[in-house]
Amino acid sequence: MKHSILLYILISGGVSYLIRVLPLTLIRKPIKSRLIRSFLYYVPYATLAVMTFPAMVESTGSPVSGYIALLAGIYLAWKGRSLPFVASVCCIAVLVTELIMHI
Amino acid sequence: MKEKKKDFTVKADWLRGMKDGMPIALGYMAVSFSLGIVMKKAGMNPFEGFLFSLLNLASAGEYAALQVIAADAAYLEIAIVTLVANARYLLMSTALSQKFNPKTPLIHRFFVGYGITDELFGLGIGEAGWLSPWYYYGALGISALFWALGSAGGIIAGNILPARIVQALSVALFGMFLAIIIPPAKHDKAVAAVVICGFALSFLFDRLPFIHVSSGTKTIILTILIAGIASVIAPHEETGGDQA
Repeated sequence: MKHSILLYILISGGVSYLIRVLPLTLIRKPIKSRLIRSFLYYVPYATLAVMTFPAMVESTGSPVSGYIALLAGIYLAWKGRSLPFVASVCCIAVLVTELIMHI
Repeated sequence: MKEKKKDFTVKADWLRGMKDGMPIALGYMAVSFSLGIVMKKAGMNPFEGFLFSLLNLASAGEYAALQVIAADAAYLEIAIVTLVANARYLLMSTALSQKFNPKTPLIHRFFVGYGITDELFGLGIGEAGWLSPWYYYGALGISALFWALGSAGGIIAGNILPARIVQALSVALFGMFLAIIIPPAKHDKAVAAVVICGFALSFLFDRLPFIHVSSGTKTIILTILIAGIASVIAPHEETGGDQA
């Protein structure tokens, strides 16, 4: 570890704080630009999709259990199941698959 | 006499906020616990996890930052990745700005601003009339505390539970991410395209031999690229239900 975890924490915390507080204190006006509003609307979906795959299938013991959890998660989320339910089934899918593979 | 009446309103607003914030706080604890499992992998101790979550108060933002910490990458990278992953709060912050009574002292904006998250923003913007900062503090206080405790708990659990269980728990956060991005993709074709492109390009970035970037940098580049192209090709039509 070349870098300090505490400094990482303070930098990320500082940036998070400034993003939230600057518009509230200095700008104080609604963002009118349709382009900027659209961009900010799409950002979370892009970020979360990029961070989820393929990281999800690489975070488990084997890609097989990771892919099963991914497909189960996509299917249940598509069916509108709740967030805790989707997350729990993903965990159980990994656990069960890994157990079967190591019998 | 007048002062007494004001104290009463402060306390009532604060209690009402705490009551409305309770379900949010409980949900936060589960997400933050899953983040704690990732924090343990990145080498954080429970105190660091508590502080990290308390200061950031963001699931996607914290996970993105954790990628940088786990890779021991540059400080600049954690600043940019946090900025990108949390960019949407800019929009919420400007919207919430309109909910402040002009008579509310400026200092409250510095504290309420700290607590802008998707769920708490929804609570605040849904208030009738001007926003009472004390109502917001009630909901924020309990949510931030549970959020920070959840992370510390996740790190402790990561340290004591068997490796196989921890490995299974490490996909919980990804499951939550799926539960956030998939349902809107069902109703909005542009969001579906953004999610599919996100999956595909992220996979390509990892596999193509001539691209050597850290996962933090990958998240930054692909988010700006995909959200940028989507906002030009398919500007988001805002309906009456849109809060931001």
